[in-house]
Amino acid sequence: MASSDVKLIGAWASPFVMRPRIALNLKSVPYEFLQETFGSKSELLLKSNPVHKKIPVLLHADKPVCESNIIVEYIDDTWSSSGPSILPSDPYDRAMARFWAAYIDEKWFVALRSFLKAGGEEEKKAVIAQLEEGNAFLEKAFIDCSKGKPFFNGDNIGYLDIALGCFLAWLRVTELAVSHKILDEAKTPSLSKWAENFCNDPAVKPVMPETAKLAEFAKKIFS
Amino acid sequence: MGEREEVKLLGVWYSPYAIRPKIALRLKSVDYDYVEEDLFGSKSELLLKSNPVHKKVPVLLHNNKPIVESLNIVEYIDETWNSFGPFILPSHPHDRALARFWSDFVDNKWFPALRVAAITKSEDTKAKAMEEVEEGLLQLEDAFVSISKGKPFFGGEAIGFMDICFGSLVVLLKAREKFKAEKLLDESKTPSLCKWADRFLSDETVKNVVPEIDKVAEFLQELEVRAQSAASRS
Repeated sequence: MASSDVKLIGAWASPFVMRPRIALNLKSVPYEFLQETFGSKSELLLKSNPVHKKIPVLLHADKPVCESNIIVEYIDDTWSSSGPSILPSDPYDRAMARFWAAYIDEKWFVALRSFLKAGGEEEKKAVIAQLEEGNAFLEKAFIDCSKGKPFFNGDNIGYLDIALGCFLAWLRVTELAVSHKILDEAKTPSLSKWAENFCNDPAVKPVMPETAKLAEFAKKIFS
Repeated sequence: MGEREEVKLLGVWYSPYAIRPKIALRLKSVDYDYVEEDLFGSKSELLLKSNPVHKKVPVLLHNNKPIVESLNIVEYIDETWNSFGPFILPSHPHDRALARFWSDFVDNKWFPALRVAAITKSEDTKAKAMEEVEEGLLQLEDAFVSISKGKPFFGGEAIGFMDICFGSLVVLLKAREKFKAEKLLDESKTPSLCKWADRFLSDETVKNVVPEIDKVAEFLQELEVRAQSAASRS
């Protein structure tokens, strides 16, 4: 399949964009990465995602697929005979993976994002408590899903690893900004070990932003 | 299938989210025990144990393993009983992505706007939210026309994932229209959706599963009375 057949509209700093990039790497699918300029939206983006006008958008033979987790499932469905399975094969495990991925986006990431915008000490403390409760849930989820293996998906990274792992660079930037360890080895040892393994995965390394570069970018956009 | 499968569904009679797995189970001809949770009372032990994170219905228990979140449950039913009944998710990857996209739109953008419009005391907020609701319906009209390609449902000849997702909210919509004397599904603006809604509600798998519109309208009235008396007490 020619690389011009698959295009991804996105941006290097976006954790949501990282998700389909990791999935495409896992399936060894070459693609053209069309980067949006921060602060403006291209004609192609507005045409391909008129409902939400957001990245990422996958264009496969010019047909758009939107919403990061939906794109990841699409990649798994389409290139099913290439590379490892991204979703688990058992229906119950799939339901668990989808459940936790939704939890991460609707509760955990919302807390992380509000941390970056939090004003006073009281507000910051409340958000840290929320994040730490979320981490405790995720630690347990990891132990249940991984069944002793290195990743949520078992031996290889999969849907849920990608759903959570894409936020690790932003998590590190946040920890540096507030001088507080949010993902703490003492409280969530399994999750911390998982984070290290995830960042070292060959499908992830090329697309994970460097902390220093991301921190500089964060300063620019939040100032 | 040799061993007896134990399938239990925890729900609440009027909840559109609980309707979704009911329709899916019916499509697959799966027998199940239904447990009604006490809406105004306290949540059952079983519910709290099965869904400790969100403590909400619906919950499907399959041989005691809990599955939560209504659309998740529908996908699970489709994947587990995959040799029975029609496919709920379409088979082509792009069609699947579209079904998931529009269901996500309904649950995370459109319906929350309707909820805001229903609850808010601010006229300004209500007007803005209703604008979003109306715009969303127009987008869903276009989506229906392009996805159904002339067939009766989003899923084609038979009801599918997107029909179940959006259709489960139609009874609530119609009940609200009755209760508030407000037109939400307007034939002049979204003619295809209106026809689809009627077809959905008269479908064999749906009509005995959804609550009656009158009962829901009465219930919405009761909810409002309770909310007002709680507000006046506080």
